[in-house]
Amino acid sequence: MGQYGIGQPVRRKEDVRLLTGKGSYTDDVNFDGQVWAAFVRSPQAHAKILSIDTAAAKAAPGVVGVFTGTDLKADGVGTLITDVEFKDLAGNEMFRPKRDFMTIDRVRFVGEMVAVVLAETQAQAKAAAELVMVDYDALPAVGSTAFAASPDSPAIWEQHGSNVGVHWENRPEAEIEAHMAKAKTRVVVDIVNNRVVPNPMEPRCAVANWADGELTIYAPTQGGRRIQQGLAKTVMNLPADKVRVISADVGGGFGIRGKLYPELGVVSWATRKIGRPVKWRGDRSETFVSDYHGRDQINHAELGLDANGRVVALKVWTIVNCGAYFAENGPRLPINGGGRIIPGVYDIENFYFSVKPVLSNTVPTDTYRGAGRPEANFLMERLMDAAADATGLARDEIRRRNVIRQDQMPYRTQMGMLIDSGDFIGNMDMAMKAADWAGFEARRAESAKRGKLRGIGLSNFVEPSGGRPTEEMRIQVTPEGKAVVYAGTHSHGQGHETVWAQLIQTFLGIPFENVSLIQGDTKIMPKEAAGTFGSRSSWMGGVGLQRSAKRIVEKGTKIAANLMQAEPEKVSFDAGVFSAGTSSVTMAEVAKASYELKNLPDGVEPGLDESYFLKRDPEEFNYPNGTHVIEVEVDPDLGKIEMLNYIAVDDCGKVLNPFIVHGQVYGGVAQGIGQAMTEMTVYDDEGQLVTGSFMDYGMPRAHHLSMIDALFNEVACKTNDLGVKGAGEAGACGAPGAFVSAVCDALKDYGIRHIDMPLTPDRVWNTIQKAKAATAA
Amino acid sequence: MLINVNMTINGKAVSGQVEARTLLVEFIRDHQKLTGTHVGCDTTQCGCCTVHVDGKAVKSCTMLAVQAVGKEILTIEGLAKADGTLHPVQEAFREHHGLQCGFCTPGMVMVGVDICRRHPNADEHTVRLELEGNICRCTGYQGIVEAIVDASAKMAGEQA
Repeated sequence: MGQYGIGQPVRRKEDVRLLTGKGSYTDDVNFDGQVWAAFVRSPQAHAKILSIDTAAAKAAPGVVGVFTGTDLKADGVGTLITDVEFKDLAGNEMFRPKRDFMTIDRVRFVGEMVAVVLAETQAQAKAAAELVMVDYDALPAVGSTAFAASPDSPAIWEQHGSNVGVHWENRPEAEIEAHMAKAKTRVVVDIVNNRVVPNPMEPRCAVANWADGELTIYAPTQGGRRIQQGLAKTVMNLPADKVRVISADVGGGFGIRGKLYPELGVVSWATRKIGRPVKWRGDRSETFVSDYHGRDQINHAELGLDANGRVVALKVWTIVNCGAYFAENGPRLPINGGGRIIPGVYDIENFYFSVKPVLSNTVPTDTYRGAGRPEANFLMERLMDAAADATGLARDEIRRRNVIRQDQMPYRTQMGMLIDSGDFIGNMDMAMKAADWAGFEARRAESAKRGKLRGIGLSNFVEPSGGRPTEEMRIQVTPEGKAVVYAGTHSHGQGHETVWAQLIQTFLGIPFENVSLIQGDTKIMPKEAAGTFGSRSSWMGGVGLQRSAKRIVEKGTKIAANLMQAEPEKVSFDAGVFSAGTSSVTMAEVAKASYELKNLPDGVEPGLDESYFLKRDPEEFNYPNGTHVIEVEVDPDLGKIEMLNYIAVDDCGKVLNPFIVHGQVYGGVAQGIGQAMTEMTVYDDEGQLVTGSFMDYGMPRAHHLSMIDALFNEVACKTNDLGVKGAGEAGACGAPGAFVSAVCDALKDYGIRHIDMPLTPDRVWNTIQKAKAATAA
Repeated sequence: MLINVNMTINGKAVSGQVEARTLLVEFIRDHQKLTGTHVGCDTTQCGCCTVHVDGKAVKSCTMLAVQAVGKEILTIEGLAKADGTLHPVQEAFREHHGLQCGFCTPGMVMVGVDICRRHPNADEHTVRLELEGNICRCTGYQGIVEAIVDASAKMAGEQA
């Protein structure tokens, strides 16, 4: 298939456009006559709203209207509610609070929307928003995860009487304790999995226009179909085809941009209300308090091992802080996102799992790169390190004794997932060899001479990828023989314009440069479009394209047979050419003929345009996996960590474009290292977000990272025709465990065995001082 | 009160009326409709809005439009040659996968050009430190650093 075929490191088609300033992001869109929206957001974490006085704002220059949640409610705007439902073992259902698009009588987190001001300019709207007088009656707030789960915390939803939404368990604990009791060694870890702010580089933005009985809204999304349906049903009370969501270029998604956010509802309602286009350009500070956050778990776990270092039982208690409302997927993440894979790459039969999703006066949390899987893998890897300490086995040896072997595949986990393939021992071997693990002690000694503490760490991971179980892809071959892909998937950095063109060239022989991509417009995307999240596109989009292409070839065969006056059964297709005996016609000729009635065989509709609606078993996923090894140096006087070397061994199944998959690994690793090293979301006890801008929140910079050596241990997935596995979340799963393991290895002479993320210089230095003081005492 | 401003953007003389508080980036994006320059934050941390002012990389959210009067501004739209030939830094970003979603990219490229000019044959360490003022969430910086190191060597070679 040459330089553009599957597996080739093809340079991206989209790059020239994006490198020359010709991208089309939401803020680049403006309508004549548009007004600007500015939101009045709560400065209080928890308060009753006694009154909202909009008179001064309404009288301010340029103001077109000021509206509150009461106005939306009067127009029949509905509420948001989580998709998730869980029950405890006794059958009690999870508490599912409803969220108004703009809150009416109560604020529950700093940044919650209370009113919207519409004005002729953005400056006027922002200035008038300052004039809206809200009389708050402050209530005690719940700012921390641990406090939210405590019976002493005030319930932020009185009608529920507790901040715990449900106490979900996979089975009675006593069943597993019976196995645990037989363990020779029991190890316990307590881990805080820190809250992070996802921060795609494009701040959130929306432009809505009501015209001719239809709503068009531009916004950065990861697909748009579900947002279209939500807006139509919940906000606009319209059939879905009267709502059009457009997301052309999108500046990053990371899981959190696929949601129906309240701001989208408000601007949609407002454009119809005032009969003018409405634009909202959120700034970064607003993005910090309005985009969903990620992670935020407290984990307590216990592992029991026998005399040979084999795990006999595992118990995990997770508290996940879901914020003020349960967002679309919030409470699902520890359970379906990560928990189902919690034993990770390890063969563990006896597992007890308790999850408490809790409500607090913080921004809601939802899917963020990995969505439960990084938390789950991090927990397992910290347990394995603790088990190594307790048994005296090396960190790799304890893992080798417990990983699922290839001859056990397909492997049914105790939570019911079927891991089809993976070479977990091979991953470790490859990573440790590439990292020269065996030669590490010499490097440690060399660092010590310079007063630096060197450490090495590894982590294994596996994660279920695939997301929602349906997707639709369409291929249109034009009369000129070019291909247009109408994708249900949505590329916001993943390079689909390139990879889908590689697939089309491979499947249909249409040259790479003659393939274009249409995505991100609900009016023209396939009906059953789902979008891009959960590392699903290579599978759901790629296989969808493969099946659509098959239909193109089937139809093309009939037309080619007619052109060549051959029997269809005698026609073969290869590399863009239909052949029968000594005759042949090209795909381009067949495409042209397909639009000419005289060339069509009986019963064949004109055109060469096929879709495929791909459905898979909802319980079937693919399982990207790998081993990452990090080497670090710690300056004990400063607590500063330098990343020296990073080896990422990933099994992403069949790699469609290594250039792009490497990019996914690098980006995921950077987000994992960010969580482990720099990113700390701080709420104080009153629920104020202390880290609300890039000045306070530690985004990872170029100098925090070293080069990453990304290697593939490719094992084709057995459950899809392309053999692909996901790639997007792998780095975020592998990095935190390896990083913390490496730092703790560097600090082992102090007896330091765990530091909670992020490992900032302050935290590392203080941990060292405490350890020194303890030794001296 | 509106103030008259005039400057050169991408070799073209432009003028307009702005408020005193209008930022250079607002003048570029909203008045001149050059939307290649992006805004990614409100605290001058992210560098998405980086342009060149009289040949130096500047965050255009940190300068008022009135401060740019009489200056030569270069934005991402003016970097490639008129015939479409990419600047060596743009070409290197493409070659090294220095961009994914593309939002930070214009700022990264503009600062990259500045780094290459100031540091011929720049090494990885220098480039990483120089990128302190620009944030990318997609690439892990790997392709960006590789691209700037590569372009810096190529540009130094062309100078020699």
